[in-house]
Amino acid sequence: MAFIEIRDLVVQFTRISEDGSETAGKKAIDGIDLDVEKGSFVAVIGMNGSGKSTLAKCLNGLIIPTSGKVLVDGMDTSDDSHIWDIRRRIGMVFQNPDNQIVSSIVEDDVAFGPENLGIPPEEIRERVDNALKEVGMYENRLKGAHMLSGGQKQRIAIAGAVAMKPQCIVFDEPTAMLDPKGRESVMRIIRQLNSEGITTILITHFMNEAAQADRIVVLGKGKVLADRTPDRLFSDMELIDRAGLELPPLIELREVLGLSDSIMTVEDMISELKKQCR
Amino acid sequence: MIRDITLGQYYPGDSPVHRLDARTKIIGTLLYIIELFIVNNYWGFVIAAAALFAVIALSRVPVKFIFRGLSAVFIIIAFTFLLNLFMVDGRVLWHWKFLTITYEGLSRACFMAIRLVLLIIGSSMMTLTTKPIELTDGLEKLLKPFGLIGLPTHEIALMMTIALRFIPTLMEETDKIIKAQEARGADFESGNLLQRAKSLIPILIPLFISSFRIAQDLALAMEARCYHGGSGRTRMNEIHFGKGDVVAAILMVIFLAVIIASRFIPDLF
Repeated sequence: MAFIEIRDLVVQFTRISEDGSETAGKKAIDGIDLDVEKGSFVAVIGMNGSGKSTLAKCLNGLIIPTSGKVLVDGMDTSDDSHIWDIRRRIGMVFQNPDNQIVSSIVEDDVAFGPENLGIPPEEIRERVDNALKEVGMYENRLKGAHMLSGGQKQRIAIAGAVAMKPQCIVFDEPTAMLDPKGRESVMRIIRQLNSEGITTILITHFMNEAAQADRIVVLGKGKVLADRTPDRLFSDMELIDRAGLELPPLIELREVLGLSDSIMTVEDMISELKKQCR
Repeated sequence: MIRDITLGQYYPGDSPVHRLDARTKIIGTLLYIIELFIVNNYWGFVIAAAALFAVIALSRVPVKFIFRGLSAVFIIIAFTFLLNLFMVDGRVLWHWKFLTITYEGLSRACFMAIRLVLLIIGSSMMTLTTKPIELTDGLEKLLKPFGLIGLPTHEIALMMTIALRFIPTLMEETDKIIKAQEARGADFESGNLLQRAKSLIPILIPLFISSFRIAQDLALAMEARCYHGGSGRTRMNEIHFGKGDVVAAILMVIFLAVIIASRFIPDLF
Protein backbone atom coordinates (compact mmCIF):
# COMPACT_ATOMS: atom_id res chain seq x y z
CA MET A 1 0.00 0.00 0.00
CA ALA A 2 1.36 3.40 -0.97
CA PHE A 3 1.82 6.13 1.66
CA ILE A 4 -0.67 8.42 -0.07
CA GLU A 5 -3.43 6.95 -2.21
CA ILE A 6 -5.74 9.17 -4.19
CA ARG A 7 -8.72 7.43 -5.76
CA ASP A 8 -11.03 9.11 -8.28
CA LEU A 9 -10.72 12.47 -6.52
CA VAL A 10 -13.19 15.20 -7.45
CA VAL A 11 -13.33 18.64 -5.85
CA GLN A 12 -16.17 20.85 -6.98
CA PHE A 13 -16.77 24.27 -5.52
CA THR A 14 -20.32 25.47 -4.97
CA ARG A 15 -21.28 28.89 -6.13
CA ILE A 16 -23.56 30.77 -3.76
CA SER A 17 -25.53 33.45 -5.56
CA GLU A 18 -26.82 36.62 -3.94
CA ASP A 19 -30.21 35.15 -3.05
CA GLY A 20 -28.43 32.35 -1.20
CA SER A 21 -29.18 29.54 -3.62
CA GLU A 22 -26.33 27.14 -4.32
CA THR A 23 -25.34 25.98 -7.75
CA ALA A 24 -22.53 23.65 -8.74
CA GLY A 25 -19.43 25.66 -9.64
CA LYS A 26 -16.17 24.79 -11.33
CA LYS A 27 -14.57 21.40 -10.87
CA ALA A 28 -11.11 22.27 -9.55
CA ILE A 29 -10.17 18.61 -9.59
CA ASP A 30 -11.90 16.26 -11.97
CA GLY A 31 -11.09 12.64 -11.31
CA ILE A 32 -7.50 12.15 -10.18
CA ASP A 33 -5.87 8.83 -9.29
CA LEU A 34 -2.42 9.00 -7.80
CA ASP A 35 -0.15 6.97 -5.53
CA VAL A 36 2.80 8.44 -3.69
CA GLU A 37 5.33 5.99 -2.27
CA LYS A 38 7.13 6.56 1.01
CA GLY A 39 10.38 8.51 0.59
CA SER A 40 9.75 9.53 -3.00
CA PHE A 41 10.11 13.04 -4.44
CA VAL A 42 7.14 14.00 -6.61
CA ALA A 43 6.79 17.32 -8.42
CA VAL A 44 3.38 18.56 -9.48
CA ILE A 45 3.27 21.08 -12.32
CA GLY A 46 0.61 22.68 -14.44
CA MET A 47 -0.71 26.04 -15.55
CA ASN A 48 -2.57 28.45 -13.29
CA GLY A 49 -5.98 27.01 -12.48
CA SER A 50 -4.92 23.44 -13.22
CA GLY A 51 -5.79 22.36 -9.67
CA LYS A 52 -2.27 22.08 -8.21
CA SER A 53 -2.93 23.94 -4.96
CA THR A 54 -6.35 22.36 -4.50
CA LEU A 55 -4.73 18.95 -4.80
CA ALA A 56 -2.13 19.95 -2.19
CA LYS A 57 -4.82 21.03 0.25
CA CYS A 58 -6.66 17.73 -0.23
CA LEU A 59 -3.62 15.81 0.98
CA ASN A 60 -3.90 16.93 4.61
CA GLY A 61 -7.64 17.44 4.79
CA LEU A 62 -7.69 21.24 4.42
CA ILE A 63 -10.11 20.54 1.59
CA ILE A 64 -12.44 17.56 1.84
CA PRO A 65 -13.13 15.79 -1.49
CA THR A 66 -16.55 16.23 -3.10
CA SER A 67 -16.27 12.61 -4.15
CA GLY A 68 -13.52 10.04 -4.23
CA LYS A 69 -11.00 9.33 -1.50
CA VAL A 70 -7.63 10.50 -0.23
CA LEU A 71 -5.93 7.93 2.01
CA VAL A 72 -2.85 8.89 4.01
CA ASP A 73 -1.12 5.93 5.62
CA GLY A 74 -4.45 4.15 5.26
CA MET A 75 -6.48 6.93 6.94
CA ASP A 76 -9.25 8.74 5.09
CA THR A 77 -8.93 12.56 5.12
CA SER A 78 -12.71 12.96 5.24
CA ASP A 79 -12.82 11.05 8.53
CA ASP A 80 -12.79 13.71 11.27
CA SER A 81 -11.41 11.40 13.92
CA HIS A 82 -8.14 10.96 11.99
CA ILE A 83 -7.61 14.52 10.81
CA TRP A 84 -4.94 15.43 13.40
CA ASP A 85 -3.11 12.13 12.82
CA ILE A 86 -3.02 12.96 9.13
CA ARG A 87 -1.83 16.50 9.65
CA ARG A 88 0.99 15.45 11.92
CA ARG A 89 2.16 13.04 9.23
CA ILE A 90 1.93 15.58 6.41
CA GLY A 91 3.55 18.95 6.98
CA MET A 92 2.82 21.80 4.65
CA VAL A 93 4.73 24.86 3.48
CA PHE A 94 2.81 27.56 1.64
CA GLN A 95 3.68 30.11 -0.97
CA ASN A 96 3.68 33.37 0.97
CA PRO A 97 6.45 33.35 3.58
CA ASP A 98 4.87 36.21 5.55
CA ASN A 99 1.41 34.77 5.97
CA GLN A 100 2.33 31.46 7.58
CA ILE A 101 4.51 32.61 10.45
CA VAL A 102 2.44 32.81 13.64
CA SER A 103 4.87 34.13 16.21
CA SER A 104 7.13 37.19 16.18
CA ILE A 105 10.21 35.32 17.35
CA VAL A 106 11.76 32.65 15.11
CA GLU A 107 12.09 29.82 17.63
CA ASP A 108 8.62 30.41 19.06
CA ASP A 109 7.16 30.08 15.61
CA VAL A 110 8.98 26.81 14.97
CA ALA A 111 7.64 25.57 18.32
CA PHE A 112 4.03 26.32 17.36
CA GLY A 113 3.39 22.94 15.67
CA PRO A 114 4.94 20.73 18.38
CA GLU A 115 3.10 22.77 21.04
CA ASN A 116 -0.18 22.00 19.29
CA LEU A 117 0.70 18.31 19.40
CA GLY A 118 1.03 18.50 23.19
CA ILE A 119 4.66 17.37 23.32
CA PRO A 120 6.56 17.87 26.63
CA PRO A 121 8.61 21.14 26.81
CA GLU A 122 12.08 19.54 26.86
CA GLU A 123 11.35 17.56 23.73
CA ILE A 124 9.92 20.61 21.96
CA ARG A 125 13.17 22.47 22.74
CA GLU A 126 15.19 19.63 21.21
CA ARG A 127 12.99 19.39 18.12
CA VAL A 128 13.06 23.15 17.55
CA ASP A 129 16.85 23.29 17.83
CA ASN A 130 17.28 20.35 15.46
CA ALA A 131 14.79 21.73 12.94
CA LEU A 132 16.51 25.14 12.96
CA LYS A 133 19.92 23.51 12.47
CA GLU A 134 18.49 21.47 9.62
CA VAL A 135 17.51 24.62 7.69
CA GLY A 136 20.63 26.54 8.75
CA MET A 137 18.78 29.15 10.79
CA TYR A 138 19.93 28.20 14.30
CA GLU A 139 21.98 31.39 14.70
CA ASN A 140 18.86 33.45 13.99
CA ARG A 141 16.62 31.64 16.46
CA LEU A 142 16.07 34.68 18.69
CA LYS A 143 15.55 37.18 15.88
CA GLY A 144 12.25 38.81 15.00
CA ALA A 145 10.61 37.13 12.02
CA HIS A 146 10.04 40.48 10.31
CA MET A 147 13.80 41.17 10.21
CA LEU A 148 14.46 38.18 7.93
CA SER A 149 14.56 37.99 4.14
CA GLY A 150 11.89 36.12 2.18
CA GLY A 151 14.13 33.09 1.70
CA GLN A 152 14.97 33.00 5.41
CA LYS A 153 11.29 33.26 6.35
CA GLN A 154 10.52 30.35 4.08
CA ARG A 155 13.26 28.32 5.76
CA ILE A 156 11.63 29.11 9.11
CA ALA A 157 8.31 27.86 7.72
CA ILE A 158 10.07 24.66 6.63
CA ALA A 159 11.63 24.30 10.09
CA GLY A 160 8.12 24.70 11.54
CA ALA A 161 6.97 21.73 9.49
CA VAL A 162 10.13 19.68 10.21
CA ALA A 163 9.75 20.19 13.98
CA MET A 164 6.50 18.20 13.83
CA LYS A 165 8.52 15.23 12.52
CA PRO A 166 6.23 14.58 9.57
CA GLN A 167 6.69 11.64 7.23
CA CYS A 168 5.84 13.82 4.28
CA ILE A 169 6.05 17.54 3.50
CA VAL A 170 3.92 19.19 0.83
CA PHE A 171 5.50 22.34 -0.60
CA ASP A 172 2.92 24.56 -2.31
CA GLU A 173 4.98 26.81 -4.61
CA PRO A 174 7.47 27.58 -1.84
CA THR A 175 9.83 29.57 -4.08
CA ALA A 176 7.29 31.60 -6.07
CA MET A 177 7.83 34.78 -4.04
CA LEU A 178 11.59 34.48 -3.51
CA ASP A 179 14.64 35.92 -5.21
CA PRO A 180 17.01 33.51 -7.02
CA LYS A 181 19.27 33.17 -3.99
CA GLY A 182 16.40 32.35 -1.64
CA ARG A 183 14.98 29.95 -4.22
CA GLU A 184 18.26 28.05 -4.42
CA SER A 185 18.59 27.77 -0.64
CA VAL A 186 15.02 26.50 -0.27
CA MET A 187 15.49 23.93 -3.04
CA ARG A 188 18.72 22.71 -1.43
CA ILE A 189 16.85 22.15 1.84
CA ILE A 190 14.01 20.35 0.07
CA ARG A 191 16.46 17.93 -1.59
CA GLN A 192 18.27 17.43 1.71
CA LEU A 193 15.03 16.62 3.57
CA ASN A 194 14.04 14.18 0.85
CA SER A 195 17.44 12.45 1.06
CA GLU A 196 16.78 12.01 4.79
CA GLY A 197 13.72 9.96 3.95
CA ILE A 198 10.90 12.53 4.09
CA THR A 199 8.38 12.00 1.32
CA THR A 200 8.37 15.22 -0.68
CA ILE A 201 5.62 16.66 -2.82
CA LEU A 202 6.67 19.84 -4.57
CA ILE A 203 4.15 21.99 -6.35
CA THR A 204 5.91 24.44 -8.59
CA HIS A 205 5.84 26.23 -11.87
CA PHE A 206 9.60 26.38 -12.23
CA MET A 207 10.56 23.57 -14.56
CA ASN A 208 14.16 23.39 -13.39
CA GLU A 209 12.84 22.71 -9.86
CA ALA A 210 10.47 20.01 -11.10
CA ALA A 211 13.35 18.43 -13.01
CA GLN A 212 15.02 17.60 -9.67
CA ALA A 213 12.18 15.27 -8.64
CA ASP A 214 12.05 11.49 -9.20
CA ARG A 215 8.71 11.85 -10.87
CA ILE A 216 6.63 14.67 -12.35
CA VAL A 217 2.85 14.81 -12.37
CA VAL A 218 1.45 17.22 -14.95
CA LEU A 219 -2.01 18.60 -14.20
CA GLY A 220 -4.32 20.36 -16.63
CA LYS A 221 -7.91 21.41 -15.96
CA GLY A 222 -8.13 19.20 -12.90
CA LYS A 223 -6.92 16.05 -14.64
CA VAL A 224 -3.61 14.23 -14.71
CA LEU A 225 -2.09 14.81 -18.16
CA ALA A 226 1.08 12.89 -17.51
CA ASP A 227 2.88 11.10 -14.69
CA ARG A 228 6.44 10.10 -15.49
CA THR A 229 10.13 10.65 -14.81
CA PRO A 230 11.64 14.04 -15.73
CA ASP A 231 13.73 12.72 -18.63
CA ARG A 232 10.75 11.01 -20.22
CA LEU A 233 8.54 14.06 -19.72
CA PHE A 234 10.95 16.58 -21.17
CA SER A 235 11.56 14.53 -24.30
CA ASP A 236 7.84 14.61 -25.18
CA MET A 237 7.57 17.99 -26.89
CA GLU A 238 4.01 17.43 -27.98
CA LEU A 239 2.84 16.95 -24.38
CA ILE A 240 4.86 19.94 -23.13
CA ASP A 241 3.09 22.14 -25.68
CA ARG A 242 -0.34 20.75 -24.89
CA ALA A 243 0.04 21.31 -21.16
CA GLY A 244 1.21 24.88 -21.78
CA LEU A 245 4.56 24.26 -20.07
CA GLU A 246 8.01 25.60 -20.70
CA LEU A 247 11.12 23.49 -20.82
CA PRO A 248 13.82 24.02 -18.22
CA PRO A 249 16.63 26.13 -19.75
CA LEU A 250 19.03 23.20 -19.84
CA ILE A 251 16.59 20.93 -21.68
CA GLU A 252 15.73 23.72 -24.07
CA LEU A 253 19.41 24.14 -24.89
CA ARG A 254 19.65 20.39 -25.41
CA GLU A 255 16.71 20.43 -27.81
CA VAL A 256 18.06 23.41 -29.76
CA LEU A 257 21.48 21.78 -30.09
CA GLY A 258 19.86 18.50 -31.03
CA LEU A 259 21.75 16.52 -28.39
CA SER A 260 20.69 13.19 -26.89
CA ASP A 261 17.67 12.91 -24.58
CA SER A 262 19.76 11.39 -21.81
CA ILE A 263 21.22 14.77 -20.79
CA MET A 264 19.44 15.86 -17.61
CA THR A 265 22.00 17.74 -15.50
CA VAL A 266 24.57 20.49 -16.01
CA GLU A 267 27.32 17.88 -15.57
CA ASP A 268 25.83 15.69 -18.34
CA MET A 269 25.73 18.72 -20.59
CA ILE A 270 29.34 19.68 -19.90
CA SER A 271 30.69 16.21 -20.58
CA GLU A 272 28.56 15.85 -23.71
CA LEU A 273 29.73 19.24 -25.05
CA LYS A 274 33.36 18.37 -24.29
CA LYS A 275 32.94 15.11 -26.20
CA GLN A 276 31.35 16.92 -29.15
CA CYS A 277 34.12 19.54 -29.28
CA ARG A 278 36.80 16.92 -29.54
CA MET B 1 9.34 56.55 9.83
CA ILE B 2 6.52 54.23 10.97
CA ARG B 3 8.93 51.33 11.04
CA ASP B 4 11.08 53.00 13.70
CA ILE B 5 8.45 52.76 16.40
CA THR B 6 9.78 50.49 19.14
CA LEU B 7 6.62 50.50 21.19
CA GLY B 8 5.70 46.86 21.50
CA GLN B 9 9.01 45.60 20.17
CA TYR B 10 11.38 43.23 21.80
CA TYR B 11 15.07 43.92 22.34
CA PRO B 12 16.81 40.51 22.61
CA GLY B 13 19.04 40.13 25.65
CA ASP B 14 19.83 38.02 28.67
CA SER B 15 19.77 40.48 31.56
CA PRO B 16 18.21 39.95 35.00
CA VAL B 17 15.22 41.97 33.74
CA HIS B 18 14.85 39.80 30.64
CA ARG B 19 14.93 36.69 32.80
CA LEU B 20 12.08 37.78 35.07
CA ASP B 21 8.79 35.98 34.74
CA ALA B 22 6.47 37.83 32.35
CA ARG B 23 3.79 37.90 35.06
CA THR B 24 6.13 39.74 37.42
CA LYS B 25 6.83 42.31 34.73
CA ILE B 26 3.16 42.78 33.83
CA ILE B 27 2.15 43.27 37.47
CA GLY B 28 5.22 45.44 38.07
CA THR B 29 4.37 47.67 35.12
CA LEU B 30 0.74 48.00 36.16
CA LEU B 31 1.87 48.86 39.68
CA TYR B 32 4.34 51.42 38.32
CA ILE B 33 1.61 53.11 36.28
CA ILE B 34 -0.68 53.28 39.32
CA GLU B 35 2.19 54.64 41.41
CA LEU B 36 2.79 57.41 38.88
CA PHE B 37 -0.74 58.57 39.63
CA ILE B 38 -0.25 58.29 43.39
CA VAL B 39 2.69 60.69 43.14
CA ASN B 40 1.66 64.25 44.02
CA ASN B 41 4.98 66.11 44.09
CA TYR B 42 8.32 66.24 42.30
CA TRP B 43 10.10 64.16 44.91
CA GLY B 44 7.93 61.26 43.87
CA PHE B 45 8.95 61.71 40.25
CA VAL B 46 12.63 61.89 41.17
CA ILE B 47 12.29 58.56 42.96
CA ALA B 48 10.22 57.02 40.17
CA ALA B 49 12.70 58.18 37.51
CA ALA B 50 15.64 56.85 39.53
CA ALA B 51 13.91 53.48 39.81
CA LEU B 52 13.19 53.46 36.09
CA PHE B 53 16.80 54.26 35.21
CA ALA B 54 17.96 51.50 37.55
CA VAL B 55 15.74 49.08 35.62
CA ILE B 56 17.02 50.38 32.26
CA ALA B 57 20.64 50.04 33.40
CA LEU B 58 19.95 46.53 34.67
CA SER B 59 18.22 45.51 31.42
CA ARG B 60 21.16 46.66 29.25
CA VAL B 61 18.77 47.99 26.61
CA PRO B 62 20.58 50.96 25.00
CA VAL B 63 18.93 54.24 26.03
CA LYS B 64 19.23 55.46 22.44
CA PHE B 65 17.18 52.47 21.30
CA ILE B 66 14.39 53.29 23.76
CA PHE B 67 14.18 56.96 22.85
CA ARG B 68 14.48 56.52 19.10
CA GLY B 69 11.30 54.51 19.09
CA LEU B 70 9.44 57.02 21.19
CA SER B 71 10.09 60.12 19.11
CA ALA B 72 6.61 59.94 17.58
CA VAL B 73 5.03 59.67 21.03
CA PHE B 74 6.96 62.69 22.29
CA ILE B 75 5.15 64.85 19.76
CA ILE B 76 1.89 63.96 21.48
CA ILE B 77 3.43 64.73 24.86
CA ALA B 78 4.66 68.11 23.60
CA PHE B 79 1.13 68.82 22.41
CA THR B 80 -0.44 68.03 25.80
CA PHE B 81 2.29 70.10 27.43
CA LEU B 82 1.38 73.15 25.34
CA LEU B 83 -2.33 72.65 25.90
CA ASN B 84 -1.85 72.55 29.66
CA LEU B 85 0.56 75.44 29.54
CA PHE B 86 -1.84 77.87 27.89
CA MET B 87 -5.24 76.66 29.03
CA VAL B 88 -5.02 76.77 32.83
CA ASP B 89 -6.16 79.88 34.70
CA GLY B 90 -4.29 81.27 37.69
CA ARG B 91 -1.48 83.66 38.64
CA VAL B 92 -0.15 85.22 35.42
CA LEU B 93 3.56 84.68 34.76
CA TRP B 94 3.82 85.90 31.20
CA HIS B 95 1.38 87.50 28.82
CA TRP B 96 1.52 88.27 25.08
CA LYS B 97 -1.55 89.09 22.98
CA PHE B 98 -3.95 86.18 23.49
CA LEU B 99 -1.29 83.86 24.97
CA THR B 100 -1.08 83.66 28.73
CA ILE B 101 1.10 81.40 30.81
CA THR B 102 0.11 81.02 34.43
CA TYR B 103 2.08 79.61 37.32
CA GLU B 104 -0.51 76.85 37.77
CA GLY B 105 -0.46 76.10 34.05
CA LEU B 106 3.32 75.74 33.95
CA SER B 107 3.40 73.48 36.98
CA ARG B 108 0.55 71.31 35.75
CA ALA B 109 2.08 71.07 32.26
CA CYS B 110 5.44 69.95 33.65
CA PHE B 111 3.72 67.53 35.98
CA MET B 112 1.69 65.91 33.21
CA ALA B 113 4.62 65.75 30.81
CA ILE B 114 6.91 64.06 33.33
CA ARG B 115 4.16 61.63 34.28
CA LEU B 116 3.49 60.73 30.64
CA VAL B 117 7.18 60.32 29.77
CA LEU B 118 7.75 58.02 32.74
CA LEU B 119 4.57 56.11 31.97
CA ILE B 120 5.50 55.48 28.36
CA ILE B 121 9.13 54.59 29.01
CA GLY B 122 8.04 52.41 31.93
CA SER B 123 5.57 50.42 29.90
CA SER B 124 7.86 50.14 26.88
CA MET B 125 10.51 48.66 29.20
CA MET B 126 8.13 45.76 29.71
CA THR B 127 7.69 45.09 25.99
CA LEU B 128 11.38 45.70 25.26
CA THR B 129 12.55 43.09 27.76
CA THR B 130 9.79 40.50 27.33
CA LYS B 131 9.30 38.35 24.26
CA PRO B 132 5.81 38.95 22.86
CA ILE B 133 4.99 35.29 23.31
CA GLU B 134 6.05 35.36 26.97
CA LEU B 135 3.98 38.46 27.43
CA THR B 136 0.87 36.84 26.02
CA ASP B 137 1.63 33.62 27.91
CA GLY B 138 1.93 35.62 31.11
CA LEU B 139 -1.31 37.40 30.40
CA GLU B 140 -3.01 34.10 29.65
CA LYS B 141 -1.90 32.77 33.03
CA LEU B 142 -2.89 35.96 34.84
CA LEU B 143 -6.31 35.94 33.23
CA LYS B 144 -6.87 32.27 33.96
CA PRO B 145 -9.12 32.86 36.97
CA PHE B 146 -11.47 34.76 34.65
CA GLY B 147 -11.67 31.66 32.46
CA LEU B 148 -13.95 30.22 35.13
CA ILE B 149 -16.55 32.86 34.31
CA GLY B 150 -16.28 32.13 30.61
CA LEU B 151 -13.52 34.49 29.45
CA PRO B 152 -11.71 32.83 26.50
CA THR B 153 -8.21 33.45 27.88
CA HIS B 154 -6.29 31.29 25.42
CA GLU B 155 -8.00 32.91 22.45
CA ILE B 156 -7.33 36.41 23.79
CA ALA B 157 -3.64 35.58 24.27
CA LEU B 158 -3.36 34.09 20.78
CA MET B 159 -5.08 37.10 19.23
CA MET B 160 -2.53 39.35 20.89
CA THR B 161 0.38 37.19 19.70
CA ILE B 162 -0.88 37.38 16.14
CA ALA B 163 -1.61 41.10 16.36
CA LEU B 164 1.94 41.79 17.55
CA ARG B 165 3.36 39.50 14.89
CA PHE B 166 1.51 41.26 12.09
CA ILE B 167 2.17 44.89 13.05
CA PRO B 168 5.39 45.01 10.98
CA THR B 169 3.80 43.06 8.12
CA LEU B 170 0.82 45.38 7.90
CA MET B 171 3.11 48.41 8.11
CA GLU B 172 5.09 47.13 5.17
CA GLU B 173 1.82 46.52 3.37
CA THR B 174 0.69 50.10 4.10
CA ASP B 175 4.01 51.42 2.81
CA LYS B 176 3.56 49.45 -0.40
CA ILE B 177 -0.02 50.65 -0.91
CA ILE B 178 0.94 54.29 -0.29
CA LYS B 179 3.74 54.03 -2.83
CA ALA B 180 1.49 52.31 -5.36
CA GLN B 181 -1.17 55.01 -4.97
CA GLU B 182 1.39 57.80 -5.12
CA ALA B 183 2.82 56.31 -8.30
CA ARG B 184 -0.64 56.75 -9.81
CA GLY B 185 -0.78 60.38 -8.76
CA ALA B 186 -2.62 60.13 -5.45
CA ASP B 187 -1.96 63.15 -3.24
CA PHE B 188 -1.77 62.58 0.52
CA GLU B 189 0.01 65.78 1.48
CA SER B 190 -2.11 68.75 0.45
CA GLY B 191 -5.59 69.98 1.26
CA ASN B 192 -7.32 70.59 4.54
CA LEU B 193 -7.83 68.05 7.28
CA LEU B 194 -11.06 66.68 5.81
CA GLN B 195 -9.54 66.26 2.34
CA ARG B 196 -6.53 64.52 3.79
CA ALA B 197 -8.70 62.18 5.83
CA LYS B 198 -10.64 61.38 2.68
CA SER B 199 -7.46 60.66 0.77
CA LEU B 200 -6.72 57.90 3.30
CA ILE B 201 -9.66 55.84 2.04
CA PRO B 202 -7.74 54.48 -0.98
CA ILE B 203 -5.12 53.27 1.50
CA LEU B 204 -7.46 51.78 4.06
CA ILE B 205 -9.63 49.75 1.70
CA PRO B 206 -6.77 47.80 0.06
CA LEU B 207 -5.23 47.38 3.52
CA PHE B 208 -8.45 45.84 4.81
CA ILE B 209 -8.71 43.51 1.85
CA SER B 210 -5.13 42.37 2.18
CA SER B 211 -5.51 41.78 5.90
CA PHE B 212 -8.47 39.49 5.21
CA ARG B 213 -6.33 37.60 2.71
CA ILE B 214 -3.52 37.33 5.24
CA ALA B 215 -5.99 36.08 7.85
CA GLN B 216 -7.21 33.35 5.53
CA ASP B 217 -3.68 32.24 4.63
CA LEU B 218 -2.67 32.25 8.27
CA ALA B 219 -5.72 30.26 9.36
CA LEU B 220 -4.90 27.57 6.78
CA ALA B 221 -1.26 27.49 7.84
CA MET B 222 -2.27 27.16 11.50
CA GLU B 223 -4.69 24.34 10.75
CA ALA B 224 -2.02 22.59 8.70
CA ARG B 225 0.18 22.76 11.80
CA CYS B 226 -2.46 21.00 13.89
CA TYR B 227 -3.79 24.05 15.73
CA HIS B 228 -7.03 23.06 17.43
CA GLY B 229 -7.52 25.54 20.23
CA GLY B 230 -5.97 25.74 23.65
CA SER B 231 -6.85 22.30 24.99
CA GLY B 232 -4.07 19.74 25.06
CA ARG B 233 -1.50 22.33 24.10
CA THR B 234 1.95 22.47 25.74
CA ARG B 235 4.51 25.27 25.70
CA MET B 236 8.19 25.15 24.83
CA ASN B 237 9.13 27.65 27.52
CA GLU B 238 6.97 27.02 30.55
CA ILE B 239 7.06 30.22 32.57
CA HIS B 240 7.77 29.90 36.26
CA PHE B 241 8.66 32.18 39.16
CA GLY B 242 12.33 32.14 40.13
CA LYS B 243 14.56 33.75 42.75
CA GLY B 244 14.76 36.92 40.68
CA ASP B 245 11.00 37.26 40.82
CA VAL B 246 10.99 37.10 44.62
CA VAL B 247 13.64 39.83 44.74
CA ALA B 248 11.66 41.89 42.22
CA ALA B 249 8.47 41.48 44.24
CA ILE B 250 10.20 42.64 47.44
CA LEU B 251 11.68 45.65 45.62
CA MET B 252 8.24 46.48 44.21
CA VAL B 253 6.66 46.50 47.67
CA ILE B 254 9.45 48.71 49.03
CA PHE B 255 9.08 51.03 46.05
CA LEU B 256 5.33 51.29 46.62
CA ALA B 257 5.93 52.23 50.26
CA VAL B 258 8.52 54.86 49.29
CA ILE B 259 6.18 56.39 46.69
CA ILE B 260 3.33 56.61 49.19
CA ALA B 261 5.71 58.13 51.76
CA SER B 262 6.85 60.68 49.18
CA ARG B 263 3.39 62.20 49.25
CA PHE B 264 4.07 63.48 52.75
CA ILE B 265 7.44 65.14 52.24
CA PRO B 266 7.46 68.85 51.28
CA ASP B 267 7.67 69.51 47.57
CA LEU B 268 10.90 70.42 45.75
CA PHE B 269 9.55 73.71 44.45
